[in-house]
Amino acid sequence: MHLTRREEMILQGGDGPAAAKLLELIVALGDVFGAERLVPVESAHISGVSYKNLGEAGLEWLSEQAELGAKARIRATLNPAGMDLELWREMGVPEVFAEGQRRVIETFKLMGVEPTCTCTPYLIGHVPKYGSQVAWAESSAVCYVNSVIGARTNRESGPMTLASAVTGLAVLYGYRLDEDRVPGAVVAVETELSSIMDYSALGYLTGKRLGTTVPYFKGLGHPGVEEMKALGAACATSGGIALWHGEGVTPEAVKVSGLLTGLDSITVERGDLDDAVATLTRPLEDAIIALGCPHSTMGEMKKIASLVKGRDFGGKLWVFTSRGVYERAVKAGYVDAILGAGGRVYGDTCMVVAPLKEMGWSQVATNSFKAGQYLTNMGVETRLGTIVDLLGR
Amino acid sequence: MIVKGRKIVGGYAEGEALVSRDNVSFYGGVDPETGVVTEPGHAVEGKCITGKVFIFPKGKGSTVGSYVIYRMMKLGTAPAALINVETEAIIATGCVISGIPLMDKLETDPTELIADGTPLRVRADEGFLEIVK
Repeated sequence: MHLTRREEMILQGGDGPAAAKLLELIVALGDVFGAERLVPVESAHISGVSYKNLGEAGLEWLSEQAELGAKARIRATLNPAGMDLELWREMGVPEVFAEGQRRVIETFKLMGVEPTCTCTPYLIGHVPKYGSQVAWAESSAVCYVNSVIGARTNRESGPMTLASAVTGLAVLYGYRLDEDRVPGAVVAVETELSSIMDYSALGYLTGKRLGTTVPYFKGLGHPGVEEMKALGAACATSGGIALWHGEGVTPEAVKVSGLLTGLDSITVERGDLDDAVATLTRPLEDAIIALGCPHSTMGEMKKIASLVKGRDFGGKLWVFTSRGVYERAVKAGYVDAILGAGGRVYGDTCMVVAPLKEMGWSQVATNSFKAGQYLTNMGVETRLGTIVDLLGR
Repeated sequence: MIVKGRKIVGGYAEGEALVSRDNVSFYGGVDPETGVVTEPGHAVEGKCITGKVFIFPKGKGSTVGSYVIYRMMKLGTAPAALINVETEAIIATGCVISGIPLMDKLETDPTELIADGTPLRVRADEGFLEIVK
C-alpha cells in the first residue's frame, strides 16, 4: 500500500505512540482489503461502548490507548452504552456492570470522544456533508449516513473507528469508491408502506434475500427520517447491507438509476411483509413493550406520548432515545406524559445493548425488526407490531 | 517443507497445528478463559487453541471477536499464531491489537495440506511457514 510522507511519519511515532499503533492497525486492514492508499476522514462514530460487549478485555485495550495519549483529532461521537448513565439503578442494572460501564465512558472522554451514547448521531447534530469521507460504525448509522446523507463509509468496527478518530485516516476501499456504490439488485415494493414497522419489515426481508448486495428500491412512497432509519437498521441486521438507494428518496438514486438493466429484481407484496412479522412473532402474554431501536426521534416521542394518554402500562412500556432527544422531550412534556402512563424513558442505551438477562427480561414486544432479531438471538421471545398496535387499547 | 504466504501481522511463533474446516467466531464461539472452542457442532468444538498454530478458513460473527482475541492474549490463553485461507477484518484487528502473528493466502490451502498436531514454525515477517519434519 502507498503511504504518504506524513503517514510514514505518524507510523514512526511523530504524532505519539497511540497514533502510531492505531495507524498500524489501519494499514494492516488496508493490506487485508488490498487497498492502494488511505484517505482522510472528517468524522467518526465509534461502536463497542456497552460494557456487555466490551467486557474487561475491551476496556483494558481502550485504557491502554488513552494511557498512550490517544486523542480524537476529528469529531467523534459514541454509540449507546449498556445503561442510562443517570437512571441505571432504576433500570435494574447490576452495580458491577454500572461500574465497568462508567469506566468505559470516562476512558472515551479522556480521548476527546463526545459521550453522545446514541446509534442516531445524525439526529443530534452530527451530520456529515454529502460526499464526504467518514469512519462510522454501528450498522444502522452506517446505512443512514451512506444512503440518506450520502457521505461515505464502510461498516467499520470499534477499534477501527477509534483509530480513524485519532489519526483522521481510513482505508480507501469499498463504499468509499464510486464503483462499489452502484446497486446490485432492484427491490420493487408493490404494496403501500403505511407504518414505521412496514419499512422495518421491508428492510428485514431485503437483507435476508440480498445479503450485502446494494438494493435499489422502487415504490418506497414518501418515507420520513423514522421510516428511513428503520429500513436501514433492519437490512443492516438481517443481511449486511451498508448502503441502499430509494427512487425519488435518496440523494444518489438519480445518479445510479441508469445502471439497473440486467440486475436481479425482487418484488415485495403485503404477504411478504406479513410473513416477516410472523417470523419474529410469538404469542406473548407478558411482554415488555420496548420502543426506540434505533433511538426514538422527537417525532416518535410525540407520537408515543399522545397514544399513551390516560393509560397505565404499569412499568411495562420502555422507550429508548438519545440523551439529546431525551432532554428536548422533557421540555416538550413527552417524557412526563409517558411516565404518567406508567411507562419509562431512558437515554444513552437501548434494549439491544443493555444487560437484559440480568434485568430479568424474557419477552419483548417491539416495532423494530433489528431489535426483534437481536433479542431472539439472545434467547428473548419477541412479538412485532406497529406503535399503534402495541400501544392501542 | 516451506509454504509461502502473505503476512498480515508480523512475528515469529512455533507450535502444533490445530486445523478447522469451519470458519471461526471468537465472540460466543471460543471461551477466552479456557481457550476452548465452544460453538455447538463446530469442526473443532471442545478443542483448546491455546499455544497452537490455529488454522481455519476465515473469521465470522461479531466484530467484538477482536476484543476476545485481545483478552485471550492478556489471559495467556491465546493461540501462538493464526493462519487463515483468507483473513477478514475481525481476525486481522484482533491479531494486530494483540501482537499475534497472522498469515493468509498460502500457496497451498493449509486446511488441506496440514494435519492436526503437525509441528510448525510461523515466520510471518519473512512470509512463510515451515512444516517441521
